[in-house]
Amino acid sequence: MAIELGHFALILAFAIAAASAVSGLWAWNRSDRIGLVLRQGAVLQFLLVAAAFAALIQAFVTSDFSLAIAWQHSHSAQPLLFKITSVWGNHEGSMVLWVLILVAMGAAVAMFGGALPDELRTLVLSIQSLLAAAFTGFTLFTSNPFARLSPAPFEGQELNPILQDIGLAVHPPLLYAGYVGFSVCFSFAIAALISGRIDAAWARWVRPWTLVSWIFLTLGIAMGSYWAYYELGWGGWWFWDPVENASFMPWLAGTALLHSALVMEKRNALKIWTIFLAIITFSLSLLGTFMVRSGILTSVHTFAADPTRGLVILALLAALIGGAFALFAFRASALRQGGLFAPISREGSLILNNLFLAAATAAVLTGTLYPLILDALTGRTISVGEPFFALTFGSIMAPLLVVLPFGPFLAWKRGDLIAVTQRLAGAAGAAVFVTILVFALSGASISLAPLGLLLGFWVGFGAIAELIDRAGFGRMAIGLSMRRLIGLPRSAFSTALAHFGLGVTVIGIVTATAWQLELVTTMQPGTSKPLGIYSITFEGIDERAGENFAAETGRFVVTAPDGSTRRFAPERRVYPASGMPTTEAWIETYGFSQLYLQLGEDAVDGSHVVRAWYKPYVTLIWLGPLLMAAAGMLSLSDRRLRVGAPRPAAAKAAPAQ
Amino acid sequence: MSMTRKQKRLAVIGGLGAVLALAVTLILFALRDQIVFFYSPTEIQTKAVAAGTSIRMGGLVKEGSWVRTGEVNDFVVTDGTTELTTHYNGILPDLFKEGQGVVVEGAMTTAGTFAATNVLAKHDENYMPKEVVEALKANGEWQRDGAPG
Repeated sequence: MAIELGHFALILAFAIAAASAVSGLWAWNRSDRIGLVLRQGAVLQFLLVAAAFAALIQAFVTSDFSLAIAWQHSHSAQPLLFKITSVWGNHEGSMVLWVLILVAMGAAVAMFGGALPDELRTLVLSIQSLLAAAFTGFTLFTSNPFARLSPAPFEGQELNPILQDIGLAVHPPLLYAGYVGFSVCFSFAIAALISGRIDAAWARWVRPWTLVSWIFLTLGIAMGSYWAYYELGWGGWWFWDPVENASFMPWLAGTALLHSALVMEKRNALKIWTIFLAIITFSLSLLGTFMVRSGILTSVHTFAADPTRGLVILALLAALIGGAFALFAFRASALRQGGLFAPISREGSLILNNLFLAAATAAVLTGTLYPLILDALTGRTISVGEPFFALTFGSIMAPLLVVLPFGPFLAWKRGDLIAVTQRLAGAAGAAVFVTILVFALSGASISLAPLGLLLGFWVGFGAIAELIDRAGFGRMAIGLSMRRLIGLPRSAFSTALAHFGLGVTVIGIVTATAWQLELVTTMQPGTSKPLGIYSITFEGIDERAGENFAAETGRFVVTAPDGSTRRFAPERRVYPASGMPTTEAWIETYGFSQLYLQLGEDAVDGSHVVRAWYKPYVTLIWLGPLLMAAAGMLSLSDRRLRVGAPRPAAAKAAPAQ
Repeated sequence: MSMTRKQKRLAVIGGLGAVLALAVTLILFALRDQIVFFYSPTEIQTKAVAAGTSIRMGGLVKEGSWVRTGEVNDFVVTDGTTELTTHYNGILPDLFKEGQGVVVEGAMTTAGTFAATNVLAKHDENYMPKEVVEALKANGEWQRDGAPG
């Protein structure tokens, strides 16, 4: 019964979304009449999809295997958490989650967008409803999550054991919130194109949405990377897998959008480019969600592919993205352009940032799609992997990192490059000094590592230097500087923190790649092997039964150079319901570094294959994105930037009737 | 220091062009040299792939061919026509099985065997890499949907 109600709620949400979209786009310039209807419609869509989602969760939690997707992807012996996460561990259920977040965004615009001009809000809600109608329709007609089985099976076929992890509870919702959040920016962009009205206030309204989505996407990608790192057992944290790329491209474009919206807000320039970025960011998000589902890409993330569904997806994407770009081509010239400005200036540096980020996005897009295109044209099968991306992406990002610290130092309108260079000399000197120090101490010499490390320190120190400089340390009394530092706007701290986080990530990538130690060996119980300065002792194997699996657990003791010991218990599991084996690595964190232990097959003589890595400062790779996300939240909390909108003066500057 | 409008525009367009040129050059260069081609064992033989060239190879792990000595693994990859002895040093993925499809990354050795640096694992136990399916179909080894015969 609950399942039918859920199904009905989703159908109703589809109907309301379609009606809102049509009426809103038809009568947006008579907002006084239609505005309220659209706002209520947006909230209603959210409540209905939430009800549908709740019905799915209920069926999974109670192990109601008459629901086809519960039978396919859940099992009564699974722990409660994994019963719930199983809801979106499959194509149909994850579509409902995706749509739920989409309509939640629409409802948020309806509820918190009170300060927006009526016309703009109505248009934004119409486009959100159009997207909601398209994707609830897609869910209902091609991937119905509410399909039933009769008679109902007694037992389900279990969620893929690799997905039975806390990661599935966190990673997809975060990532989807990031992807779908950009739909609001997209809707704002389309609204501006339709109405032909865009100004600095528009950029202020879009900014919080961009920031929120960007924060979610940053966390989602970092979380996914860490999950892959500990779960897949290859010791790698980024594989340039098509789906990883698909999540990374909207992040790059979204980062560019964050920066270009700044220029638009402050200088009323770069309007067309910002609109273009808003469209491209959400298009890439759509590509990220759906390219993998169309079955044209092989990837670790692919859900069971259905060819007809793939065609519908491609048609839907072509219509939405193509439609948006057609509108852009047709209407962009109608937007009033802002002025040009000096190349050496804050806005000039932000444009440079956008250029490099756009080029990097293009490189990743090429690498991701080229195998598909080549296969379609010539039938040749190739794979584009790490070497391609290291060369192209790395070479494009390196100059960006070089110029990055200059940006925040430059003044708007016209900056003085020589003066800025002088003020950054300290940071540059510190970066060179620390890099040399690291190499002197580690004694390693790897071709590109010094360069990467130098860039990381340069970006990190540059970010700190900006704060020091703005507070005036060294130019005035310490007490006065401290007061100035505390008095700096939060945006200054968030910029510095985000850039510092980027530097931290770069350093982590370089150290974990260049100084990683790996050991693949066979060990008898009771023997020890060294890994760098650590000593690994294998004591033996225990058998244990988990809730829905049986495991062989290795007993290892690792002795650190200071004599302290830690226990490691990597496992090999078998899940009887699906008959699938998994390997669970054991990771211990020493400071910022990690020791990673994986248990392999056993031999007749009782020995085991063991694979171990020492990954120096590897946690910095994920600490950086955490800092960036924190910086984003700090920026959101800055009243000056967040509000902007409801002030009467700003509202007057916006288009009046 | 003050630039005319025309000069400013030139500077911006110049910068834009320079970055674009850099990106395009890099991408084209990388597409020529940094991509990895996929071969079946038969193709490796007929096309005489040079030893040391980084490639991907896929097929079925031949029944009864997997010999494991500690962390050293030797197995035979077959596409029904040609068999290729493959060597891998490390822990094989959980889903590596005899009779199942596999994709390995690595290079041919001068001795005519394949030295794998990476054995690709996939999440689904019924998973058959697309490349392997096509290679098997090309050799008439593909007998029914979902699994080789």
